[in-house]
Amino acid sequence: MKIVVAVKRVPITGGKMVLTDDEQAIQTRHLGFTISPHEECGVEEAVRIVEAQGGEVVVLTLGPAEAEEQLRESMALGADRAIHLVSDEEWDAQATAGALVEAIRSEEPLDLLVFGNESADAGNYQVGIRVAYGLGLPVVTGLKGLAVADGRARCEQEVPGGRDVYDVPLPAVVTVKEGLNLPRYPSVPAKLRANRKAVDARAVERPAPTLEKLRLVVPEGQGKQAEILGNGPDAAPAVVDMMQKLGVV
Amino acid sequence: MNVLVLVEDDGDLSLQAVALAQTLGTTTAVRFDGTYAPAAWARDLAGRGWDALVGPGSDRGNEVLAHVAAQLDLPFAANVIEVRGDEVTRQRWGGTLLEEARVHAERKVFTSAPFAFAPAAELPHVESVTPELGDAVRVAEHLAPDTGGKVSLADAKVVVSGGRGVASSEGFAIIEELAALLEGAVGCSRVVTSAGWRPHTDQVGQTGTKVSPDLYIACGISGATQHIAGCKGAKKLLAINADPEATIFAHADYAVIGDLHEIVPAISAELRKARRT
Repeated sequence: MKIVVAVKRVPITGGKMVLTDDEQAIQTRHLGFTISPHEECGVEEAVRIVEAQGGEVVVLTLGPAEAEEQLRESMALGADRAIHLVSDEEWDAQATAGALVEAIRSEEPLDLLVFGNESADAGNYQVGIRVAYGLGLPVVTGLKGLAVADGRARCEQEVPGGRDVYDVPLPAVVTVKEGLNLPRYPSVPAKLRANRKAVDARAVERPAPTLEKLRLVVPEGQGKQAEILGNGPDAAPAVVDMMQKLGVV
Repeated sequence: MNVLVLVEDDGDLSLQAVALAQTLGTTTAVRFDGTYAPAAWARDLAGRGWDALVGPGSDRGNEVLAHVAAQLDLPFAANVIEVRGDEVTRQRWGGTLLEEARVHAERKVFTSAPFAFAPAAELPHVESVTPELGDAVRVAEHLAPDTGGKVSLADAKVVVSGGRGVASSEGFAIIEELAALLEGAVGCSRVVTSAGWRPHTDQVGQTGTKVSPDLYIACGISGATQHIAGCKGAKKLLAINADPEATIFAHADYAVIGDLHEIVPAISAELRKARRT
């Protein structure tokens, strides 16, 4: 079983969005970074499948030199090696998919390709689907359940009123959501092992964007004036009064 | 401009997509019947003449339009809140940040961000289509959940949510008690599910469930953007937090400052008292 998982480096944003002066990015000087949450579950799922069935997990990212940190995190979770398409610029979804397709072709034949349903930051909801078309593979999105056996993937998607189940032949592309599993905390030996695993870094040139970011804007509506109903348990009557006025009791 | 809008039903998300479509030009609507098969639905849409294709900002709306864009090699702007000629404003970070972008294509593909547009008063004439599925990937089976008769998080009129301040899995007993008294649902923040105190199905947030209750009660939740992205649809928000500087108060309509472990049981007791009289 050979599985490729695509991940993205994103900032841990905390409570407030602050932009850089040129309005092109979030001010990240005081922020940490992480693997976009859906994709962290993607890495965990791929590692669990390979732990049970044997094989190899390759983690892939397109991002700045610093994104090696997220590749190492992925390898600490159990991925075997990494491919890093290095670029400091922000790529739109169409260009990202194009670069990933080319990188993944160098890894064929493979059994399963795993993406996040959407990245935490850009939220374009399309890279995994575009890559599936680029490689001519079937795709199922938004998985909350996955079982791989006998050359097929049984995929469960959460929908209003339950779960939809898909059954697709491998090789296939799946996009996953947080909640698919609870990713492990990597052990110290796993982190040390990750530092010795191979990262294949390749410089890539960004093509002209088709969805061109002009500027970022922090939406209005932060900074409401809350009505203070009280301090401590003495506030309880005022809270119930408010609930009665809203008609929820 | 000829605008085609994909509708799923007569619900709000579809009516919001219709509202966006109608601001762009002459709108016709299409709905697909039968088994969900995104690639096949997209093939049908891709084969129709339109200058702009609009869909609802639902999982399926975003999925089907991403398929259309991939099939036609067009850009796709998901979760748009405004269109100005070739420029759009769209949501990033679950709506806690916006992006202004230029679309470099003659034909436009957009989904409308949930709750960014007032729903159209009614659906326009809708063409119902049963598409050829061919060998497209499709839903093979539907599993109905065992909810145990409880109201779902997405549909609840009241949601009582706990965060890091609840401090343990056992700490949620008082949250559950209050939610039960209000016939509401229990929610939580991402910290709580990462710690394993509650299942991910309870998580409200950008990567969890997005809720829109009449009242959202945030207990011991700091107010990270990850969480706000999931609860900003609430009509009213009550924040209970020991830290008067917590970010959550900037998103709250009502505030109680203090220890949730004392305040939440006091509210439950007061509710019981109010019921008896």
